Amino acid sequence: MISKVTTHLSHNEQLIFERSQPGRAGFSLPPLDVDEAALDEIIPRQFQRDDNLTGMPEVTEVDVIRHFTRMSTWNYSIDQGMYPLGSCTMKYNSRLNEKVARIAGFANLHPLASEAEAQGALQVIYELQQYLAEITGLPGISLQPAAGAHGEMTGVMIIRAFIDARDGKEKSAQRRTMLIPDSAHGTNPASAHLSGFTVKTIKSTAEGLTDLDHLRELCGHGDVAGLMLTNPNTLGLFERNIREICDIVHNAGGLVYMDGANMNALVGVARPGDMGVDVIHLNLHKTFSTPHGGGGPGSGPCCCTKELERFLPVPRIVAQTSVCDSATDPKNEHRLKSVPLRLDFNHPQSIGRVKAFYGNYGMMLRALAYILTHGRDGLREATEAAVLNARYIAYGLVSDYEKPFDSPPMHEVVFTDKKQSRKGVHTLDIAKRLIDYGFHPMTIYFPLIVSGAMLIEPTESVGRQELDQFIDAMRSIAREALEDPELVLNAPHSTRIGRLDEAAAARKPVLRWKPKMSGKEPLAVGRA
Amino acid sequence: MRYIPNSPDERAEMLRQIGVSSTENLFDSVPGDLRLRGPLNVPSALSELELLKKFDAMADRNDAARRISFLGAGAYSHYTPTIVDHLISRSEFLTAYTPYQPEISQGTLQAIFEFQTLVCQLTGMDIANASMYDGSTAMAEAVLMAERVTHRSKVIASSAIHPEYLDVAHTYVQHAGIELQHSPYDSESGATSPDSLTGLDDKTAAVVVQSPNFFGCIEDIQALSDKVHAVGALLIVVVTEAVSFGLLRSPGACGADIVVAEGQSFGVPLSFGGPYVGLFATREKYARQIPGRLVGEAYDEKGRRGFVLTLATREQHIRREKATSNICTNEGLIALAATIYLETMGPRGIAEAAGQCTQKAHYAARRISGVEGFSLPFSAPFFNEFVVRAPVEAALLLATLARERGIDGGIALSRYDASRPNDFLVCVTETNTREQIDALVESLS
Repeated sequence: MISKVTTHLSHNEQLIFERSQPGRAGFSLPPLDVDEAALDEIIPRQFQRDDNLTGMPEVTEVDVIRHFTRMSTWNYSIDQGMYPLGSCTMKYNSRLNEKVARIAGFANLHPLASEAEAQGALQVIYELQQYLAEITGLPGISLQPAAGAHGEMTGVMIIRAFIDARDGKEKSAQRRTMLIPDSAHGTNPASAHLSGFTVKTIKSTAEGLTDLDHLRELCGHGDVAGLMLTNPNTLGLFERNIREICDIVHNAGGLVYMDGANMNALVGVARPGDMGVDVIHLNLHKTFSTPHGGGGPGSGPCCCTKELERFLPVPRIVAQTSVCDSATDPKNEHRLKSVPLRLDFNHPQSIGRVKAFYGNYGMMLRALAYILTHGRDGLREATEAAVLNARYIAYGLVSDYEKPFDSPPMHEVVFTDKKQSRKGVHTLDIAKRLIDYGFHPMTIYFPLIVSGAMLIEPTESVGRQELDQFIDAMRSIAREALEDPELVLNAPHSTRIGRLDEAAAARKPVLRWKPKMSGKEPLAVGRA
Repeated sequence: MRYIPNSPDERAEMLRQIGVSSTENLFDSVPGDLRLRGPLNVPSALSELELLKKFDAMADRNDAARRISFLGAGAYSHYTPTIVDHLISRSEFLTAYTPYQPEISQGTLQAIFEFQTLVCQLTGMDIANASMYDGSTAMAEAVLMAERVTHRSKVIASSAIHPEYLDVAHTYVQHAGIELQHSPYDSESGATSPDSLTGLDDKTAAVVVQSPNFFGCIEDIQALSDKVHAVGALLIVVVTEAVSFGLLRSPGACGADIVVAEGQSFGVPLSFGGPYVGLFATREKYARQIPGRLVGEAYDEKGRRGFVLTLATREQHIRREKATSNICTNEGLIALAATIYLETMGPRGIAEAAGQCTQKAHYAARRISGVEGFSLPFSAPFFNEFVVRAPVEAALLLATLARERGIDGGIALSRYDASRPNDFLVCVTETNTREQIDALVESLS
């Protein structure tokens, strides 16, 4: 008997537009305290709205509280249990960090306040930059990118700017190829395309690593600007030839970009800067535990070598006078506090701004709190615990599911549905059945190079009992696939709604509510 | 480490069970010469009490957060109902991932569907996406989309757009084969004149205007739209002060083809510039060209209504380099905050907030223009921001005001434009009391 991690609730709740009642209101503003001018005299009639915002919901505060509280019960979340989405790093989101982000002196601070009156805010950025530089071994940092893909775009644009500056316009036009392994995240090629690069795909070996011979061959034409590599890669394997990979690309005149989505497997253990990587992005919402919030906000700092620093986005946050390592050397901490920090726009070779203001500042606060709470030992401990948990799952499932690569995984492990598909049970079905056992499914059908991939990342935030529960659930599903495949094929059985017809939804997309939809037809009745 | 459930003993036991002799051996696949030999140069762990003390001390040094403020220019102080932060702090919203498994993500999915609907209602457009990073990147993505839709490569942006937004757009298009030109605003009115759009021709993919623009002036979107559509180009309208939707005619009703906005005004703290949320809306016919995620209605086998991520074939995880954008993680939780804000305020609340902004800003403008030596250089109608010309250098004046009176009186335009040394941008919202406005006026006198 496998106990459930969580139950899925099933309150009914209409769309807010269907609950709207004319005359209800949930706001509270004081009366206008200045002399009122006739509106038409200050704003010409033709510029004024004349539709009374018809269709917007009219509800009270109580309605709103119940509406969202009920809807929230339909969500699975980390706080309910293990959320083993591979590559997504669903680790515990500390409430202390939430408290820090809400301190009035940060939350109420306008981004265009004068530097002198925002020194504390700049200190947060400056310190975080120092720690990220130490963790990655790459000293040039910009915290401006708002998410991983945004950091990728920034990093690739830096590569482009470097090559344009080094080779000159004409010659650099010959170098417009970006190499990307076939196991990469889809954002990599999309980001490369935004920077004007043509993507060439590198094959992976049977072992699940970058094919060095193929890399050499692709690097032999003088057109390579760079390589985008995830390490550990999306199969959860460390690219142990990373140094040689970097050498091949560098010798061919290109630069190496590392997708840092899996940096949580390396913090305190190894540093991309020491491996020969030129530029990397981090996901503060993965490795540094800022909450995912149902799809963001994220934060995707870009870290690079000293040589590439001049191309980073502006403004950069710098100390007025040059102080080295002041944040990381505890003896100098008092000194850092007295050094005024400022915005530095004077970088003519910068790729430019990638976002208004300075990035997702609230995420920086949380990430700094994460780093300081863990400290040097805790950071490494988290890495070790995350890798151990993944190895424990790899060990626990290897006899029931095909594990396509023999090498021991780092922080995440990939399995396939090969054994189950003989009975017609596929990865999607296994994922949906896992929901009935009270877990959020793993990442499925990614990476694309593994047929029927199930990518499992437990993170360090899961205890042994729950890991055992997960392993038991997966093994039980494997048994069901053999003995009662229908049970798995029709899963989930325990949720408020069943599998939704996504194909129909895409054929005739309904992307918003319109008055005609409400009508008098009762909820939970299908389309005519 | 209190965030790691397994005790050291449990971890040792797990290691034994899987047959790994030591923790260090977990990293055998990392070559020895690449492994760190010592600990990171990061301080040792802080307790909860120590950590809060450190952050409180840093927060205390942000004097600007305590001042009476008239700062705007893309980030605004507005009334936020208390329930917004309460609801977005619920574990089920805060600690969920992107809703990839719809059966156990309906809370997030339905909230996004409501968000998309509200954005359509406010902007007067047919469809909206699940959010962009912020207003500036939403504008840049709109420019890229206009090129995809029209297959034309010239884009004309009014120079009365927020300078940081223009900078971002330039970064985004620099390798995209798009020529981004600026068309000057009218220096008398402060608005973009529909009759003097420079460079507008049948090679133009889009014209971009901000309304209310960077100087607070309301643009004549209808007239601009007629000009732009006459050459077959698209009109992109950018809004940085989203509360203005509560009073101003929607860009959609004036003919805009793409509307992007910064949604920070909808219940999102200033937080030194982020995280905010970008709104992105367009016409139905462009649904397959829109960047970012979309949530649509769907039904299960029993005919029960639910919501799913849809039209994913536009997106990077399927389309890779041919995707409409590289965006993946967006601003889900901030979009949720905006949704809760809008539903709590309702149509009358938004209209009331917008009306108070307008009245208070005009009251402030009337009073300031009555102070000797001060004037309003622009004549176009404005919403809640306006430019003031001082008799002295604005940056110095504002610094003195902050230091001696504790008032952040505005943003010196010299920050962005050296040719306007005496001008500053004042923003007034419903959170500014008459007393505060009078204090500003008095301190200028």
